[in-house]
Amino acid sequence: MKVRAVIKLKAGVLDPQGEAIRHALGTLGFDGVEDVRQGKIIELDLTESDATKAEAEVQRMCEALLANTVIESYEVELP
Amino acid sequence: MKAAVLVFPGSNCDRGLAMAFQNAGFKVEMVWHKDAELPEGVDIVGVPGGFSFGDYLRSGAIAARSPIVGALMAHVKKGGHAIGICNGFQVLLETGLLPGALMRNAGIRFICKPVELDVATTRSAFTKGYAHGSTAVFPVAHRDGNYQATEEIRTALSAEDRIAFRYKSDLNGSVDRIAGILSENRRVLGLMPHPERAADPVLGLTDGAVLFDACAAADA
Repeated sequence: MKVRAVIKLKAGVLDPQGEAIRHALGTLGFDGVEDVRQGKIIELDLTESDATKAEAEVQRMCEALLANTVIESYEVELP
Repeated sequence: MKAAVLVFPGSNCDRGLAMAFQNAGFKVEMVWHKDAELPEGVDIVGVPGGFSFGDYLRSGAIAARSPIVGALMAHVKKGGHAIGICNGFQVLLETGLLPGALMRNAGIRFICKPVELDVATTRSAFTKGYAHGSTAVFPVAHRDGNYQATEEIRTALSAEDRIAFRYKSDLNGSVDRIAGILSENRRVLGLMPHPERAADPVLGLTDGAVLFDACAAADA
């Protein structure tokens, strides 16, 4: 089963990379971009076929390694 | 006194750190990240700077889950000393031994230059050699040095006198200009600037030697 972990910076955490992307978009003429927040997507291919179990497993992975929960939040997306 | 310097794939300040410990009188052993135990009788563990595991996922994240870090946690739990410099600071934060997180520098750029630091507390084995309110100059070399923490953590760090070093002026966006912090028991120091690159007259800077000399004089 393919599962995605979507990792974002928590609301309120300053995102210097997002700000640099916003600035570069402005340079390219894309006006009207008020804010950019960037993060990462991690795609996992699991042997587990039970969706509930897979979701719980990936949540544990996010807590243990994939996300730094001090500054990041995560969502687990199932197919 | 004995120091152990941890070595990860991508560490590049490990030998400099070992030399700084040696010059202060420590016997030094290098310890590979796959080892699960520290050598017998280690007083202080050094987690060096560099780009452990290529900074993959997050700076320090993979290193913080390596076998030797279990031994480091046990060493700290027993009241042992540890110092994490630059990437080593990032590793210590990822383990949870120190609170908060280091993010991309506010100005995005990699910053590599000597900086002036306020020695914010002299109440630790690492900083007791500095005069109260003194300035130290250490080089920085980092892209992810922007220290961030919740209001609660910031209040605790301040109230408990656990901010060890502050940038004299804003460098990378760090809250309260924090450059280095101490653990609750004051025996673990994490800092972004490199005292080991300022610990020998050959390097042009010597303020860092004070830190290592003070560690050598600490009670075990």
